[in-house]
Amino acid sequence: MDLLTVLQVLDSTVRLATPLLLACLAGMFSERAGIFDIGLEGKMLAAAFFSAAIAAVTGSVWIGLGAGILASLSLSGLHGLASITFRGNQLISGVAINFLAAGLTVLIAQSWFQQGGRTPALLSGGRFGPITLPGAEALREVPVLGPIYYELISGHSILVYVAFACVPLTWWILYRTRFGLRLRAVGENPEAVDTAGISVIRLRYAAVLICGLLCGIAGAYLATALQAGFVQDMTAGRGYIALAALIFAKWRPLQALYATLLFGFLQAIALRYQNLDLGFFTLPVQAMDALPYILTVVILAGFIGKAVPPRAGGEPYVKER
Amino acid sequence: MTLMQKFLGAVAATALSAGAALAEPALIFDLGGKFDKSFNEAAFNGAERWAKETGGTYLETVMQSEAQREQALRRFAEAGANPIVTTGFAMSDPIAQVAPDYPDTMFVTIDGWVDLPNVKVIGFTEHEGSYLVGMMAAMASKSGTVGFIGGMDVPLIRKFACGYAQGVKAVNADANIIANMTGTTPSAWNDPVKGSELTLSQIGQGADVVYAAAGGTGVGVLQTAADEGILSIGVDSNQNHLHPGKVLTSMLKRVDVAVYNVMMAGTELQPGIEVLDLAAEGVGYALDENNAALVSDEMKAAVDAAREKIIAGELAVHDYTSDDSCPVLTF
Repeated sequence: MDLLTVLQVLDSTVRLATPLLLACLAGMFSERAGIFDIGLEGKMLAAAFFSAAIAAVTGSVWIGLGAGILASLSLSGLHGLASITFRGNQLISGVAINFLAAGLTVLIAQSWFQQGGRTPALLSGGRFGPITLPGAEALREVPVLGPIYYELISGHSILVYVAFACVPLTWWILYRTRFGLRLRAVGENPEAVDTAGISVIRLRYAAVLICGLLCGIAGAYLATALQAGFVQDMTAGRGYIALAALIFAKWRPLQALYATLLFGFLQAIALRYQNLDLGFFTLPVQAMDALPYILTVVILAGFIGKAVPPRAGGEPYVKER
Repeated sequence: MTLMQKFLGAVAATALSAGAALAEPALIFDLGGKFDKSFNEAAFNGAERWAKETGGTYLETVMQSEAQREQALRRFAEAGANPIVTTGFAMSDPIAQVAPDYPDTMFVTIDGWVDLPNVKVIGFTEHEGSYLVGMMAAMASKSGTVGFIGGMDVPLIRKFACGYAQGVKAVNADANIIANMTGTTPSAWNDPVKGSELTLSQIGQGADVVYAAAGGTGVGVLQTAADEGILSIGVDSNQNHLHPGKVLTSMLKRVDVAVYNVMMAGTELQPGIEVLDLAAEGVGYALDENNAALVSDEMKAAVDAAREKIIAGELAVHDYTSDDSCPVLTF
């Protein structure tokens, strides 16, 4: 295996990990505030559709991105309404959002474009193109570091850099700001937060909306950067893998980056080497595909450390009278 | 019997006789969805052509999950639809379950396999069509490496891959063929992102022509191939127009013709096995204004010669499904 092959696999890892990372961070904000979110998948799907649809109509990918985020935010609002205001079951609300998004996107796509639940293929203005970082061409010939910079670090769409920038940002918000402290507190012990005179409801809504924003970017990345349009069910379970990554990362930002990169790497390896020949036996591609879930179960079972979810997660907050 | 019961009975009887008299055909699309620009869409086009020419109407539904198959078949059979046309190999088992219960209804399976007196089986010689496009891929390739991207890893898709590989090897015995499957679950038919990544991976390994037999996933394959400036080959429907000048050709599988013929026959349809091969124009390659510049005269002559030979029986293309193995490709 030469350097170029390694770089190509890692390059693919970055592309595959980006939507997972965004969705994982989205889930982190929501779950850290005590709102479980099964609906990451649905929100990404809705964002993927609306970003592609609006980008196709207006020809501007930025307006498309805005529309995708808006769609994801409204589903987030719905989730908030059901699970915060009306104190419904968060898991059921999340599942409902997934079904809603799966059906609604195809229905609207069919009614708008008559292309059978897909959007027209986006032209170059309607897509996020790759960005060549400054100096990438010049440094290309430099041995080892040149190709790494050119192939791996440069040449992704802007949303990839946004996603990676979100990791330290999330860490900073969660651990170094007053808002972050309160957000974490509301997921552990909402009564204490309420006693301190801070609105639990408002904090949780804020968390759910941040979740919507990040899911919106993730969906737009799928439809307008990786692909040139929306296809029904194009998220293909990435929201669930992001949830698995969230548990794998034990609800922490930096670990979320590692977890999603690991899952992305496993997918990239599975795509490159369908049956991985390890010398003494051949690992079938199905095993590679299942590995993220197996690893998550191993973590959950407590073999490697312990994954403790936020204590107040899943519980609607009822103010004491 | 009260008046109400009588009334209801009369209504029911009318409904039943109406259903029998109408005998509309029904069409069940497989999981890829009605507008996959490929297999199911071809079936839809055939049905639409029938509807337009005869002024008839037909019932239709799209499968959303594996669990719905039997239910959908029973619904249509109860509603008096005849014949009931289904697309996709996965309908075989549900039809085998349901068909004995409705002996007066004809069931049609395209790509499936059911041995019952009221089932018509329609198959295609996809390996022959794939052989032809494989030849074209090898002639168009400059690197000597070509790719194949399948959808769900099932024998039918391996049949495509195997025919393709034989065609490639027939032109260039030293050619390298990279064959990948998208997945092992039905979501593999609708994952364009994975299709794109597979394409990039194959390009990274030197492929400069890729053949996608992957339903909706193929949209991602063709897109990425066009973005990266390599050639791609579409499948089932004519997909040349998706990226004019970037799609070398499409392996046509005339599902539309099959559906059209079946619906034309209507209740007169005879059971049995029908194989639509090269001679019957059931499979072939697409040539239109979108790819005219890509297909050289030499290419066309070679492919047409091979086609004639296959029809005449002078050239045998190995069918993967006949013995679950491929002489030129390992999976």
